[in-house]
Amino acid sequence: MNINDVILKTVSKAVVLIILTFGIYLFFSGHNQPGGGFIGGLVIASAFVLMFLSYDSETVSEALPIDFKKLSGLGVLLAMTSGIAPMFLGGAFLSQSFGYFDLPIFGKTELATVTIFEAGIALTVIGVVVNIILSISEDE
Amino acid sequence: MMNNILVLPMLLPIIVGVLLIFLRTYGRIQAWISLIAMALTAGISGYLLQKVQTDGIIRLDFGGWEPPFGILFVADSFAVLLVLTSSIITAICLSYALISTSKELQTMYFYPTVLFLIAGVNGSFLTGDLFNLFVCFEVMLLSSYVLLTLGNSKRQLREAIKYVSINIVSSWFFLVALAFLYGAIGTLNMAHLADRVAEVGQTPLLTTISIVFLIVFSLKAGLLLYFWLPGSYSSPPIVTSALFGALLTKVGIYALFRVFSLIFHHQPEITHTVIGIMAALTLIGGSLGAISFNDLRSIAAYNVVVAVGFILVGLAIATPAAIEGSIYYIIHDMVAKALLFLLIGTMITLSGTSKMAGMSGLMKNYPLLGWSFFIAMLSLAGIPPLSGFIGKVLISSAAIDNGSYVLLALSLLSSIFVLYSLLRVFKNCFWGETIVSKEEQLPLRRGVLIPCLVLVGLTILIGLGTEIMSPYVTDAAETLVNPSVYIDAVLGKIQ
Repeated sequence: MNINDVILKTVSKAVVLIILTFGIYLFFSGHNQPGGGFIGGLVIASAFVLMFLSYDSETVSEALPIDFKKLSGLGVLLAMTSGIAPMFLGGAFLSQSFGYFDLPIFGKTELATVTIFEAGIALTVIGVVVNIILSISEDE
Repeated sequence: MMNNILVLPMLLPIIVGVLLIFLRTYGRIQAWISLIAMALTAGISGYLLQKVQTDGIIRLDFGGWEPPFGILFVADSFAVLLVLTSSIITAICLSYALISTSKELQTMYFYPTVLFLIAGVNGSFLTGDLFNLFVCFEVMLLSSYVLLTLGNSKRQLREAIKYVSINIVSSWFFLVALAFLYGAIGTLNMAHLADRVAEVGQTPLLTTISIVFLIVFSLKAGLLLYFWLPGSYSSPPIVTSALFGALLTKVGIYALFRVFSLIFHHQPEITHTVIGIMAALTLIGGSLGAISFNDLRSIAAYNVVVAVGFILVGLAIATPAAIEGSIYYIIHDMVAKALLFLLIGTMITLSGTSKMAGMSGLMKNYPLLGWSFFIAMLSLAGIPPLSGFIGKVLISSAAIDNGSYVLLALSLLSSIFVLYSLLRVFKNCFWGETIVSKEEQLPLRRGVLIPCLVLVGLTILIGLGTEIMSPYVTDAAETLVNPSVYIDAVLGKIQ
């Protein structure tokens, strides 16, 4: 591959940062506004895919030593745990709760257990999407 | 809030399945863990079944959102009976896999996928929400795609393409039907749907929507639209075939029973007549298929088709006795089909061919295998005191009471065809001149027959223990025939 991809590489360095920021923003805006774990996860995954496209997969794997198959498993486990935990506290499966806390920098902030569930979803989506892309690209 | 146990038949396999992903390289440990998980699931379902008898229908509102606003799991006897049976069958099939499957298969996520499959199956049985049913169907189907292609042979890939495309089309139809229904009725909670459809009356528009559902579920169940079934059920490794043959079509059948006895039961002269015609054609097609092949696995696959037709005859007649017969027959068929596929798989491993012509006189070398097959055959043909008998009797007598003589004749004839198709296998493969001498015969691996013998035991037990099962099955049929019981149990609080 002797394609001159300096432009692609340079641009993607900047763009990946923007995409990741946007993905995390979407993730946190989740349960009251459009967004959430699934969409945030997809956007973050697209940043990873862009990295894999513009650099070769070995370079990226070196910088990001993550087994994406296990990442998706971890995501499901996390989401399930947030569903199971209330069962031991006398609530129904998948019950969620939230509260307002005064945090140092953010001030009064809403913290909800649903975020844990959404984080699980996000991890699963990232794992699955990147895994699919990698499996396709590995094939001869 | 003790109802949380209701989610375990779906949750437990998922969690264990995910954990197994991290143990990928340890084939045997995976097998044992998944076996234990399925045994636990079966135990939990048994407890649930007992609980439903004492407390009536129980439900679990996820996250505390009450119906019709949240999604929920509902356990009535029908659903829990099926959950129990499928968990037991899965455990037995897993033990067969533990004994016989190659190591290669075991480390390629076979066990996690089976667990996800059973999670989808159990979820489909338990859910009380039509859209959730779609989701559980997808969980099940995605796992079945993986299982179907695992092993990577050319034939598997060819059949998988057909299977995947037909199922994607039918899933799309399912979504469209859901959208129509939601547009027309404004809810997807099954009990709420049933309530509202009863209130506004089943207008022609709703009947049309119900026909779309009929098509979708028929594709999944292999009712008339079974053209994809024989190929895809006969190509994967035998454990997978056994699981598919025992479980997957039953989920479609369950959905048909649920939807057409709970929601769309006001226009039986249209919907149930169509189901009757489809069942009749399925019986004919399946019977002809079962006797016209020389490949053992195709014969077994067509036997699955015949059973689907037979069970749906019960729904078409729709009297309490007929429904009861169908429930007995579904349970019997799960056991008997798993047994049939496992036995045939063992025969194929032993003789190295799946063609009838390549086998002869197996009886002399493997008498236990032969007699197990004999019992499976009698059970499938419906000979007392085995498990197939009671279902056939109830459905036939209900057909007589109802005056559905065509369905009666076809279903009885189909039993003869089933008997003939398997008798042919028995005669060609087990009787006759022994091709291989005692010295040359492949040794039957130790323990391979244990899962089959357990299933043989089950089919005898179900046949003899009908008396013990009857309160559960009667209760299940009662709930199906009187939708108000189900509706009240789910919507009780807000009415």
